[in-house]
Amino acid sequence: MGMTITEKILAKASGRNKVEPGENIWLDVDVLMTHDVCGPPTISIWKNEFGKDAKIWDKNKLVIFPDHYIFTSNKHANRNVDILREFAKEYDIENYYDVGSERYKGVCHIALAEEGYNLPGTVLFGTDSHTCTSGAFGMFATGVGNTDAAFILGTGKIWEKVPESMKFTFNGRLPDYLTAKDLILQILGDITTDGATYRAMEFDGEAVFNLSMNERMTLTNMAIEAGGMSGIIKADEITGKYVKERIDKSFEIFESDNDAKYHSTYEYNVSEIEPLIAKPHSPDNRDLVRNAAGTPLTKCYIGSCTGGKITDFLFAAKFLFRNKVKVPTFVVPASTQVAKQLEIETYNGIPLKEIFEKSGCIIARSSCAACLGGPDDTIGRAVDKDVVISTTNRNFPGRMGSKKSEVYLASPLTVAASAVSGVITDPRDFI
Amino acid sequence: MKGKAYVLGNNIDTDQIIPAEHLVYSIDDEQESKKYGHFALSGVPMSQAGLPEGSTPFIEGDDWQSDFSIIIGGSNFGCGSSREHAPFALMKAGVVAIVAESYARIFYRNSVDGGFVIPYESADKINDKISTGDNLELDLEFNVLRNLTREEVYHLKPLGEALPIIEAGGLFNYARLSGMIS
Ligand code: SF4
Repeated sequence: MGMTITEKILAKASGRNKVEPGENIWLDVDVLMTHDVCGPPTISIWKNEFGKDAKIWDKNKLVIFPDHYIFTSNKHANRNVDILREFAKEYDIENYYDVGSERYKGVCHIALAEEGYNLPGTVLFGTDSHTCTSGAFGMFATGVGNTDAAFILGTGKIWEKVPESMKFTFNGRLPDYLTAKDLILQILGDITTDGATYRAMEFDGEAVFNLSMNERMTLTNMAIEAGGMSGIIKADEITGKYVKERIDKSFEIFESDNDAKYHSTYEYNVSEIEPLIAKPHSPDNRDLVRNAAGTPLTKCYIGSCTGGKITDFLFAAKFLFRNKVKVPTFVVPASTQVAKQLEIETYNGIPLKEIFEKSGCIIARSSCAACLGGPDDTIGRAVDKDVVISTTNRNFPGRMGSKKSEVYLASPLTVAASAVSGVITDPRDFI
Repeated sequence: MKGKAYVLGNNIDTDQIIPAEHLVYSIDDEQESKKYGHFALSGVPMSQAGLPEGSTPFIEGDDWQSDFSIIIGGSNFGCGSSREHAPFALMKAGVVAIVAESYARIFYRNSVDGGFVIPYESADKINDKISTGDNLELDLEFNVLRNLTREEVYHLKPLGEALPIIEAGGLFNYARLSGMIS
């Protein structure tokens, strides 16, 4: 019996020839990532548990991105960043990307990719549920809590149950009204928010391998919304090129055997998929955009690790070009690099930044911002009974701020089309 | 282990268990960390808070400890973000165990590895059989939950591989006991 790509990577990281789903194994971790919300408690647990002589197992493998509550006057939030800053100084952590410095990056999952930490065949743990995003690079990546992270910080090891794999194949060529976001919303509606609990979600098919790395990350990013332990896409030439442009490190490419065993397999023909939306209050509350069309909005939001990448803004620019937004629309580049790209990348010869400014969007500084609500002074936060359409990943009650608000999740095309109409709008009406 | 039940529905995500705006408090500072108890389950919409009737606050007024120490949930309990503050907040509020149909992976791991609360899985759906305020008794030896108010018994799935970690009081103690770390 063959193995899946996930089983192969986990076998290697546990020093075995073979692993089977359900087995508990101890893994050697290649990279541990943390941020300002979970970093401080992780450090505190690590210090308490390992005592005065607590040692970091390998400080070159620890990466810290302040990104969640960055631009706020909230004292407690700022204290968290101070804790990270002091820790980085005390332990001389090279991979610390301080806010307020030239090194500041923004949202961790995108920064991990941009800075070359995502390497095919490796194992990455992060104190954030969307750590599964990195799986787009043909690696095993998953989120853990602070205790697990503190354990990794001191030992470089962690236990994990080998997941069963589910395979999602998208055949055909993606039409111009769809993005990776529609594909993952399709899956979420089909398998629901616990459809992949404790499993690896493997994405395959022509439509997937035609996607850019940015778009692939949209797929793997939302694996956790189905409860998935991880999402994974085999590395190919596009992956190799992306990685080599950023870091000079060798890596190993794994792929699933033809006779690998899957928990279940799903096949889609992308030409049959229509633009999709997740209605309040769950990412699996899927409907056709067409059916929700006309719903009046009070806010639009384009940002986050799911929908704040340069490709998302290129999609959005198609409809924001020469069109004014009818409701407050927030553009939040996931990373400072994406923010720079907004000035360089063009649509119809015009830089994206100019397009967004002229259309009346509010361009915010790179960070998680209102993706998870945050302190009261967070830009774009949902207040009172706001009705928001957003390119983010979660619309649980209160996720973007007010518990009374309603959040719809959709692709950057759908959000941009809705922004210029002021009501939920099918992107096909614009194409 | 005896306690009063607080009953919740399906898909109780970590934003409902502890809303994101409260993640800023110190967990080490004895006084400040009580805020986690105070805000535990404050994100649950009122109509869903304490089923079957709802509108039963988990925490009264300025308190940081709840009268309810056993949470009864439906499927996919603890889905959403990886915040370990979620099981921590429940523990702070005085919760000792959760009995739900199923859990999201990260929440389950956090509960076990952090030694915060015992996450039991029920063999069947039980959040429609128990009412908030029922007196319960959790029997760890026989893996059953007794409803003393209704004189009913519900079967639980054995804790399996998580049991030795729970018994040790969390991942670090477990690793120390097994000689993995000193
Ligand atoms: S952008 Fe949103 S989902 Fe992504 S890491 Fe930040 S808070 Fe989490």
